[in-house]
Amino acid sequence: TAIERVVMPQLDPKYRITCNEEVNEGISEEQAVREATRCLDCANPQCVTGCPVGINIPKFIKNIERGHFADAAAAIKETSSLPAVCGRVCPQEKQCESKCIHVKMKHPAVAIGYLERFAADWQRNHCEQEVPKMAPRNGIKIAVVGSGPSGLSFAGDMAKKGYSVTVFEALHEIGGVLKYGIPEFRLPNAIVDYEIDGLRKMGVDFEKDIIIGKTLTYDDLHEMGFKGVFVGSGAGFPRFMDIPGENLKGVMSSNEYLTRINLMKAGRGGDTPVMQGNTIAVIGGGNTAMDSTRTALRMGAKRVLLVYRRSEAEMPARREEVGHAKEEGVEFFTLHNPIEYIGDDKGFVKAMRVQKMQLGEPDASGRRRPVPIEGAIEEIPVDIVIVAVGVSPNQLVPSSIKGLEVSNRHTIVVNDDTMQSNIADLFAGGDIVRGGATVILAMGDGRKAAQHMHEVLSQK
Amino acid sequence: MNKVVSKEKFSENVTKLVVEAPLIARARRAGHFVIVRSGENGERIPLTIADADPQAGTITLVIQAVGVSTRKLCALEPGDSLTDVVGPLGQATHIEKYGTVLCCGGGVGVAPLLPILRAMKAAGNRVVSVLAGRTKDLIILEDEVRASSDDVIIMTDDGSYGQKGLVTVGVEQVIKREHVDYCVTIGPAVMMKFVALLTKKYNVPTEASLNAIMVDGTGMCGACRVTVGGKTRFVCVEGPEFNAHEVDFDELMMRLKA
Ligand SMILES: Cc1cc2nc3c(=O)[nH]c(=O)nc-3n(C[C@H](O)[C@H](O)[C@H](O)COP(=O)(O)OP(=O)(O)OC[C@H]3O[C@@H](n4cnc5c(N)ncnc54)[C@H](O)[C@@H]3O)c2cc1C
Ligand SMILES: Cc1cc2nc3c(=O)[nH]c(=O)nc-3n(C[C@H](O)[C@H](O)[C@H](O)COP(=O)(O)OP(=O)(O)OC[C@H]3O[C@@H](n4cnc5c(N)ncnc54)[C@H](O)[C@@H]3O)c2cc1C
Ligand code: SF4
Ligand code: SF4
Ligand code: FES
Repeated sequence: TAIERVVMPQLDPKYRITCNEEVNEGISEEQAVREATRCLDCANPQCVTGCPVGINIPKFIKNIERGHFADAAAAIKETSSLPAVCGRVCPQEKQCESKCIHVKMKHPAVAIGYLERFAADWQRNHCEQEVPKMAPRNGIKIAVVGSGPSGLSFAGDMAKKGYSVTVFEALHEIGGVLKYGIPEFRLPNAIVDYEIDGLRKMGVDFEKDIIIGKTLTYDDLHEMGFKGVFVGSGAGFPRFMDIPGENLKGVMSSNEYLTRINLMKAGRGGDTPVMQGNTIAVIGGGNTAMDSTRTALRMGAKRVLLVYRRSEAEMPARREEVGHAKEEGVEFFTLHNPIEYIGDDKGFVKAMRVQKMQLGEPDASGRRRPVPIEGAIEEIPVDIVIVAVGVSPNQLVPSSIKGLEVSNRHTIVVNDDTMQSNIADLFAGGDIVRGGATVILAMGDGRKAAQHMHEVLSQK
Repeated sequence: MNKVVSKEKFSENVTKLVVEAPLIARARRAGHFVIVRSGENGERIPLTIADADPQAGTITLVIQAVGVSTRKLCALEPGDSLTDVVGPLGQATHIEKYGTVLCCGGGVGVAPLLPILRAMKAAGNRVVSVLAGRTKDLIILEDEVRASSDDVIIMTDDGSYGQKGLVTVGVEQVIKREHVDYCVTIGPAVMMKFVALLTKKYNVPTEASLNAIMVDGTGMCGACRVTVGGKTRFVCVEGPEFNAHEVDFDELMMRLKA
């Protein structure tokens, strides 16, 4: 009989909402080897085409099957610089795993993400952190703006190629969304810090509390002798819905909520406060929305509602997180859309009015458009509302560089093949180029930019 | 880490700190602010850059102790360090030669007003300043303000210094006495609200510097949002100064009360 797809061991929902511990516990060596045998080592592996950075999936999986875990990790590292992160947060069901041959045969895909995480974790736990083979130092200074996944992977690759790299970060922590956005129950900070330490060992410098465009301008960077600049400043600008009552107290963006808790340790020993409440509504259906609902439970909310205007099938969040949120008791109000928030006499939100929706014809995104059901409006009492309806690129960097080409969506325009902007020494990648996207795409952009910046600089 | 170079106590609750921050000292203009953090668990709070010395690489902060974080800062001594100082943030004040500029500051708001009135003076304006406080001890930086103003009016609620009365009394005196081309006001939200109402009546264009609650100060969280001219704006990146006649001060005050 066929081997069944491995099931990720996870903390009990009742326990895990009392703490911030990582929910997925990771699979054992035995489970990993067994799962690896499910991979058919396809001659023409479609899974690889589903991975934005083209990881040699059968190669690393077959190494796991042979028990050569370090070799498996090395195979992943050939193309990915953050395997422990991507193994945890990639939307695998839409990427690599969606293309696995098993899916075509109506079987569950090989658990590529779990295996990737396993290999990366095994290496971190069993091997000394190695400095990769480094080209001789060439003395050329390169600046990186932002320390999210795109900036980190760019920095690593450029350091390997011999450049002297400095990463400038606006916040007081390195890691971008990996630190201030994605909660530790999904991605422990220690894993991100391990990668950052690795980069430090490779000689990458990190400068916190420096905002490029404010503290130092693009021209200042030139004066300081930087010969190339990579902008990976992310899409940190939160969107609101522009509905009545949205500026009431208790209505906040998911960025504000998660930043207060994850970055500022609100409610966990930090001086920064965060509003608490019994009933918390989160608006949206992406990863940010899921993270907010589950954080709210961990902060002690009695009732957490997820309000999303389409149906569950259209939710952009990772499948696994949707499942975890449900297990933990989040109530799903799909096909509901807030139209107004109502405040008390002190200006605190006390209720929201939601419009019920139904699915109509597909829209530009190919998803069925939600249309209001006339007259179907409901009022729900809430103490806190967290708006997680998307982010736009942060304008700080683009608006401070004269002549830089920016799209009408406020993204930096780059050549897709090289990540070079219309300014020859300025490259960009990640969310500042794509709008809100994913960790793996940001990371891939950073690597691509490093390769092409190196080509440009070595031609000189 | 940014070292405190010197410290001066203006009053029981208002303290001036001169802090090492060479890059910020070089880049800042009047109207800019910084976000500071004290301690590894510290809060990020916004403070205006009251002055800077690019040669010495220092900036001056004037801090009113109102809660946990500002009290921590006021307790720092020379030689101690702030954990983080980031900036300069916000849009610099638009400085030009308007003619006569009325600069109106209340309480600790006089600190951020000082660099602006200096720049207005340097741009060739006649500068008339109105300083207000509840009582004599709360009038700060008077000498510095006098040095860059053509006239100074002082108002205290209790009449312990200058004239007795609210800031608006002084403002109205000036507007009635001479033609005022432009007004800048910084202070508690409620003060700015009434100054704005008054200058609107007299059609004097007015800028107010808003003290919204902030977390990151870089446009990432939206905590600092206010309604200006019916539209939601982020104070940290688009402000802190806005056309006072368009600001929804009631909403700002509501949002400031936790
Ligand atoms: C809550 C949340 C959950 C998510 N979950 C997932 C998930 O499960 N899977 C997934 O693939 N993706 C997820 N994403 C999306 C993913 O995190 C982003 O696509 C990715 O982090 C983008 O990387 P980046 O390097 O472009 O930018 P970011 O990670 O946004 O980092 C940008 C950094 O640049 C800094 N910066 C900005 N401006 C300046 C400046 N002027 N000077 C200096 N520094 C500056 C910022 O402070 C920030 O640290 C999630 C996002 C959020 C918010
Ligand atoms: C652009 C700007 C410039 C400022 N410049 C100065 C200055 O030069 N000197 C000065 O003394 N103060 C200044 N403030 C106000 C100062 O930031 C607050 O007094 C301080 O954050 C209060 O923190 P706390 O922990 O001591 O007090 P808390 O006990 O937390 O709060 C006391 C009051 O301060 C306000 N407040 C609280 N947290 C914040 C926050 N994160 N951001 C803004 N306001 C908050 C609230 O109205 C609250 O009721 C400025 C504010 C802004 C937005
Ligand atoms: S990086 Fe992401 S998409 Fe690529 S193989 Fe790993 S989990 Fe799949
Ligand atoms: S498609 Fe599936 S079975 Fe084939 S190589 Fe990839 S993971 Fe293995
Ligand atoms: S303080 Fe966060 S957006 Fe202004």
